[in-house]
Amino acid sequence: MLKSAVSLKRLLSAALLGALAALLTGCNVVTPDHSQSTFDTLGPVAENQLFIFWVIFWAGLVVFIAVEGALLYMVFKFKRRDDLDPKQTHGNTRIEIAWTIAPVIVLIVAAVPTIQGIFYADAGRYVDNNGQSNELLVDVIGHQWWFEFRYPNPNNPGEQIAVANELYVPVGEPVVFLLDSVDVIHSFWVPKLAGKVDMIPNNDNKMWFQAYAPGEFFGQCAEFCGVSHANMRFKVVAVPRPEFDAWLQHQASAAPLPSDPLVAEGKELFRDAGCSGCHAESSIIKLRPDGGRIPGRTGPNLTHIASRLNHLGVYRNSDVPFEDHANGGRQLYVNVDGIPQRLDGQPFVSEAMLQNNLKTWISDPEALKPGNLMARDGEPYIDPANELTEREIDALVAYLLTLK
Amino acid sequence: MTTLAFPIPRPTHPTGIWNWITTIDHKKIGILYGVTAFILFLSGGIEALLMRIQLAGPNQDIVSAEVFNQLFTMHGTTMIFLAIMPLSAAFFNFVIPLQIGARDVAFPRLNAFSFWTFLAGAIILKISWFTGGATNAGWFGYAPLTSVQQNPGTGIDFWLVSLQVLGIASLAASFNFLVTIINMRAPGMSFMRLPLFTWMTFITNILIVLAFPVITVALIELYFDRSFGMNFFNTARGGDPVLWQHLFWVFGHPEVYILILPAMGIVSEILPTFSKKPLFGYPAIVLAGAIIAFMGWMVWSHHMFTVGLGPIPITVFTITTMAIAVPTGIKVFNWMGTMWGGQMDFRTPMLYAVGFVAMFTIGGISGVMHSSASSDAQQQDTYFIVAHIHYVLFGGAIFAIFGGIYYWFPKITGRMYNEVLGKLNFWLVFAGFNIAFFPQHFLGLDGMPRRIYTYDAGMGWNLWNGVSTLGAIVMAVGVLVMIHNLARSWRKGELAGNDPWDARTLEWSIPSPPPEYNFAEIPTVYDRDDWWARKRREVRRAVPVAGGSGYDEGHGIHLPQPSYWPIIVSIGILIGGFGLVYPVGYYAISIVGVLIGMIGVYSWSFEPVNDPEDAEQAAH
Repeated sequence: MLKSAVSLKRLLSAALLGALAALLTGCNVVTPDHSQSTFDTLGPVAENQLFIFWVIFWAGLVVFIAVEGALLYMVFKFKRRDDLDPKQTHGNTRIEIAWTIAPVIVLIVAAVPTIQGIFYADAGRYVDNNGQSNELLVDVIGHQWWFEFRYPNPNNPGEQIAVANELYVPVGEPVVFLLDSVDVIHSFWVPKLAGKVDMIPNNDNKMWFQAYAPGEFFGQCAEFCGVSHANMRFKVVAVPRPEFDAWLQHQASAAPLPSDPLVAEGKELFRDAGCSGCHAESSIIKLRPDGGRIPGRTGPNLTHIASRLNHLGVYRNSDVPFEDHANGGRQLYVNVDGIPQRLDGQPFVSEAMLQNNLKTWISDPEALKPGNLMARDGEPYIDPANELTEREIDALVAYLLTLK
Repeated sequence: MTTLAFPIPRPTHPTGIWNWITTIDHKKIGILYGVTAFILFLSGGIEALLMRIQLAGPNQDIVSAEVFNQLFTMHGTTMIFLAIMPLSAAFFNFVIPLQIGARDVAFPRLNAFSFWTFLAGAIILKISWFTGGATNAGWFGYAPLTSVQQNPGTGIDFWLVSLQVLGIASLAASFNFLVTIINMRAPGMSFMRLPLFTWMTFITNILIVLAFPVITVALIELYFDRSFGMNFFNTARGGDPVLWQHLFWVFGHPEVYILILPAMGIVSEILPTFSKKPLFGYPAIVLAGAIIAFMGWMVWSHHMFTVGLGPIPITVFTITTMAIAVPTGIKVFNWMGTMWGGQMDFRTPMLYAVGFVAMFTIGGISGVMHSSASSDAQQQDTYFIVAHIHYVLFGGAIFAIFGGIYYWFPKITGRMYNEVLGKLNFWLVFAGFNIAFFPQHFLGLDGMPRRIYTYDAGMGWNLWNGVSTLGAIVMAVGVLVMIHNLARSWRKGELAGNDPWDARTLEWSIPSPPPEYNFAEIPTVYDRDDWWARKRREVRRAVPVAGGSGYDEGHGIHLPQPSYWPIIVSIGILIGGFGLVYPVGYYAISIVGVLIGMIGVYSWSFEPVNDPEDAEQAAH
């Protein structure tokens, strides 16, 4: 009897240790520099949310071990021994009251930081009732299946600057986002910086986050939004304030005029093939006289597409990593006059990679983003007579490559 | 009126296909429900396997994005409305009248109607795979993704009409069971002597009656938006998509308890039987079930923590959601109290019941993690939630249902299943389930959103997705073992006898399978677990309490008779439903369906009764 009890104990502890080890290995595999890991927080909102997760996790682990441990114990201890009826117990008021109160205490432990966290994450702390804020306010507009970001034009309060799929923010400052959508519900989520908030047509949602350090952070739409939901991704690029200001100034500037004949052909084609019907080549959008936002064009703004670090918010335009993970995340990139450069002064964006990305996309947009409007409604894609030739694609790409 | 004598007599088909079509025997309807729902469960499982195969590795192109979206939408809708709910209904049908000592349900023809209408709803949903694409907007169908502009095909229409039809079936069945449980209890079967499964059925059906009207309203609004250009959810004209979310989840959260409470009832039958002890804290478990059902109405917005409701509503719903963990915990602890000190016999039903407690606890803990809106902000719409819902709905509801199938299999068929294969089935499903779904916790916390048809290789999600797919395959093998075991044992299993488990409730006091009339004599109930007390010859100290119409009123056994009309009405609804999807010629098809349905209802009302006593009187 004693012997079996000992071996049972050993078995139990082995099982529990095994489960715990599996759990911790799981977390460990999750944790390191995975691009969307919620354990690798780099901003205060995500950090707070992670802290609350851990509070509940440890409380939950205690409950888990208690319940599953007791269950395992009973499975061995009270296994059928003979045909006799066991003692017929119907209940025990004292024990029942105890196991009603115990969870209440655990839940209060979870509830207190949670409620603090809810108010901490609320953007209301930075925005007054008139929608004004001392912090940078960025409009985030969801489209199937890309993100539009609009900044206040520092040179003209009546204008906004539109960019697509890459959200620049200054490091170390809270940034407030006004969330909206032009079609269906999307959700704005940058796991390392903050939990998600939905972007809903006709609903003014807000959120805020802050990045502790420069870096490139992955974002992804988290609310199912149609065929290419999986491809609705974006990047957040946090840079020091001076670089951010320079970047914004550069985004406000107009695209250069073509000099090369192929580029000139591409620019003309951009109009003739119908691209410009949806894609703007100027990033400036006027506000309504009352300060309201006007809708931009249907497609992403392309004014400075050639200075983006990624194509479609996903495909890298550079073979240099943004950060040097081996050296504590040292930034390998600076913004000089708004143009990303490597530390050795070379352009960060590799022209060859960008060219390849653009060509792949323009040749067959449906392959990368099934169901997208360009492939569905774009003249060159629905009318075989207007299909783009190889040369026309080259000309378009050549033109886009100049939009630095 | 007598001159308009009804020309069609009542059917009398003792066997064969017509017997199944015209039957109003609750036991046969229960089997119809069970077999149909199990087949539909398999179809939902195939949809799941296709998704898991697509996600086994990064950037795979086995199914297209569009098909993947249809797969997860259909998987969710199927498993909730066509598998778990009707599988529970199968047990309601077969077990409830037997547990309360009744000869049938209160409205036997309505019961048949419920089944055939459920089948009609299932056909309408599943046929959309073959009519140009199934619904693809998620089982929750968030506006405005369901709008005509976004979704011009018929998939959404099939989905919403199917849900309406299934709602009719569920409501009819629920009223039936409520009336049955209130009125048809055997003498002495007071509410506090009801078996726990009957109690949970009672509570579940109250929830169905209250919850389904909400989704009905929402679906009608959606249909009007889509078909008649109205603007409930049309954002272009100022409609509010958040309204849909509120309506959907005011239904959808009680629906979660509609799925889990019957499972809790089943477990509360299995654990005492195989521990040889009465349920620990019976009143607490009953009360906890009722409180869960009541509080289930106060937590719906926890599905909407990221919708931007503002910090105060979010705080309120966080607190109510956390609070609902308390009655749930009470149930888990009382089940453990039931096993404590018992003589646990690990037959297959018991393995599933203990597995339920173990898995449901994990689902409950992860549930508390996202009851906290702060922590949920990172978990909402990720694989963490996918893991959670499968721990409560597969590790919870399906484990209990599988356990229930094994538990009542001898009663239903009169034969024993193969115990070795049963255990093999349990361990395969148990292992496969955990291999498939536990890693999804890691994936979710690693930032993998739900409902994505593919992912990049560099995201760090490859390993656990591969593992998860492997687990799904192990589960599928386990289910195949179960099908083989049950199909074989149904024909060739050993005879089970009346009471193979030395069980506690009234259904085990009668032969297996039960005769058509269930009880030769309506029993008088003196005790909770009356059959157990009778077997142990315990002193009958309690005074019988009056039950409903279960009293034997002096005449012989009086059984309801088969009818053609329930299935006719359901066929009318089926045709009418197709007419709503294809509104050609001013809804001509629907009008045909309505006419058939009306003929059915009219004939139903004036159907003659071939009552042996009437016949006797007429002879005098």
